[in-house]
Amino acid sequence: MTMLSFEKKYRVRGGTLLGGDLFDFWVGPFYVGFFGVTTIFFSVLGTALIVYGASQGPTWNIWQINIAPPDLSYGLALAPLNEGGLWQIITICATGAFVSWALRQVEISRKLGMGLHVPFAYSVAVFAYVTLVIIRPLLLGAWGHGFPYGILSHLDWVSNVGYQYLHFHYNPAHMLAITFFFTTTLALSMHGGLILSVTNPPKGQKVKTAEHENSFFRDDVGYSIGALGIHRLGLFLALSAGFWSAVCIVISGPFWTKGWPEWWNWWLELGIWN
Amino acid sequence: MSILHTIRLPLVAVAATATLAACNPPPHDVVQRGYRGTAMELVIDKAERAESVAANKAPDVIPQVPSGGPKAGDLYENVEVLGDLTVGEFTRVMASITQWVAPEEGCNYCHVPGNFASEDVYTKKVARSMLAMTQRINEDWGEKHVAPAGVTCYTCHRGQAVPQYAWSHDPGPKTSAKIDTNGQNIASPTAAYSSLPYDPLTPFLDEDYPISLQGNTALPTGPNVGTKQAEWTYSLMMHFSESLNANCTFCHNSRAFANWEQSPYQRVKAWHAIRMVRETNNGYIKPTGEWLPPHRLGPMGDVPKVSCMTCHQGAYKPMYGANMIDPYPSLATKSGVAVEMAEEAADAKAERDGPVPAVGNMGGGE
Repeated sequence: MTMLSFEKKYRVRGGTLLGGDLFDFWVGPFYVGFFGVTTIFFSVLGTALIVYGASQGPTWNIWQINIAPPDLSYGLALAPLNEGGLWQIITICATGAFVSWALRQVEISRKLGMGLHVPFAYSVAVFAYVTLVIIRPLLLGAWGHGFPYGILSHLDWVSNVGYQYLHFHYNPAHMLAITFFFTTTLALSMHGGLILSVTNPPKGQKVKTAEHENSFFRDDVGYSIGALGIHRLGLFLALSAGFWSAVCIVISGPFWTKGWPEWWNWWLELGIWN
Repeated sequence: MSILHTIRLPLVAVAATATLAACNPPPHDVVQRGYRGTAMELVIDKAERAESVAANKAPDVIPQVPSGGPKAGDLYENVEVLGDLTVGEFTRVMASITQWVAPEEGCNYCHVPGNFASEDVYTKKVARSMLAMTQRINEDWGEKHVAPAGVTCYTCHRGQAVPQYAWSHDPGPKTSAKIDTNGQNIASPTAAYSSLPYDPLTPFLDEDYPISLQGNTALPTGPNVGTKQAEWTYSLMMHFSESLNANCTFCHNSRAFANWEQSPYQRVKAWHAIRMVRETNNGYIKPTGEWLPPHRLGPMGDVPKVSCMTCHQGAYKPMYGANMIDPYPSLATKSGVAVEMAEEAADAKAERDGPVPAVGNMGGGE
């Protein structure tokens, strides 16, 4: 693997968050670091435990393997391995691996003198996962409220959680999350289309400029957000999608126990028509 | 810009606090109702449940009287259902019914003062039907739905002459003739404030339109049911949830709604309840329309009927399972004319002329 000309400048010691010089080196193109080691430790252990859990279950069918959280009766205590304890350790491993990965991103950013936008963005996805399997179970008082690890079983969980609140599409935070997810894909597809239309012309034609991009959107919608702005917007839309997803599940149960349609009764009860 | 920057965080904090304060914060009671990790759960707000338990208490029981003495049917005229009771027990049941149904109006709500045998008050005839209905429900629908708690007049009436949660055909909101709400698209309490069809009770609990929608095969081979039809069924299910203060997973594992093996046993109870309510409405309650004065009828002129809410009133078991029937053995089995009335009731059935769309497509159903 060849090194790019500037790589020697940042392949220097320092900038680590933890462990000082420990593991502060590269393996081929990959930075290792303390958090690279913890990432590998947690992900290997977690994956091995999932395989062990599958071996204790009734099936090796990849779709049906299910590692379920403990019964609610265990509350926030530890459960025996085959009765949800595995799920608890795997959850620790997954959280450990995800957080390690985010911190490794921070260390690389620091070495490069970059902003922390990438680790921040990645952390929102980790936050959504942590909300599902740690924050919400803590608020409801039992690890059993986490979702099971299994391709089909976690979908069954999602379905039943939705029906616990009668009609999940009435959940206002769910509405926001869905809207942001769709808007993200719309913005990304338009941005991708714009860049390709400008930088990838047919044979014999010239590559167009930023002025072309700006003119297109001014003519199209009256305003061009600009080259920097579109990436701020994209980051905002995408992170909002993940953030409101986390909100929509953490309020379901801990802060709202009834059907979601009923939440909207505040609108019916507004003084102006009541 | 800098002012906005300064007040941004406090603004968010205030907005977040206000939003959360409007909701019900933890801790809650949780109930697991299926295998771990399947999210077959109930999450219950403690304060709300305590309020509901206090509002759904069984009434005080008038102490039983010593047995023996002449029979009511021999001593009084025109006692058609409870004639075999001793006078003492008969009087106790009558006093209890007064307490349950007309505590303020007293005996004269159903009887002509000085002539208790008279049929001149319409409520007396209605009361006889209701006695027969209560006996039928306890004896013949006991195993299927109401046992062991059983039902008395109080289960529905709660001290009111007309049960608070009786229902009649819903004409819907008053809108311009040019706007057709299509029987839906308002926040209907019957449908748990969703925009689903607002009167699912007429087609399913008065008439007997098929409720089940899912096919039994992996690929859609029938019944050929459309989304519109599903909305009617979902609306009825919302009514069940609202009436029992329970969610969909109380009776279903949503990965396979139709599958009985994966459903909690409450679904079996509910299946029978649907049939029980239909029979009760058509066999006992609607025939009283012959006697009811116009002010007792609904906006579309029909007799007020029963639904899940009429008995359950927000509790997963009416009165949270308190035993109603044991102190009143005379209401637990059919007697007198109630035996004959039960046969007629079993045959009674509403004609289907409800607003359910796409019924022609219904291939299978139940």
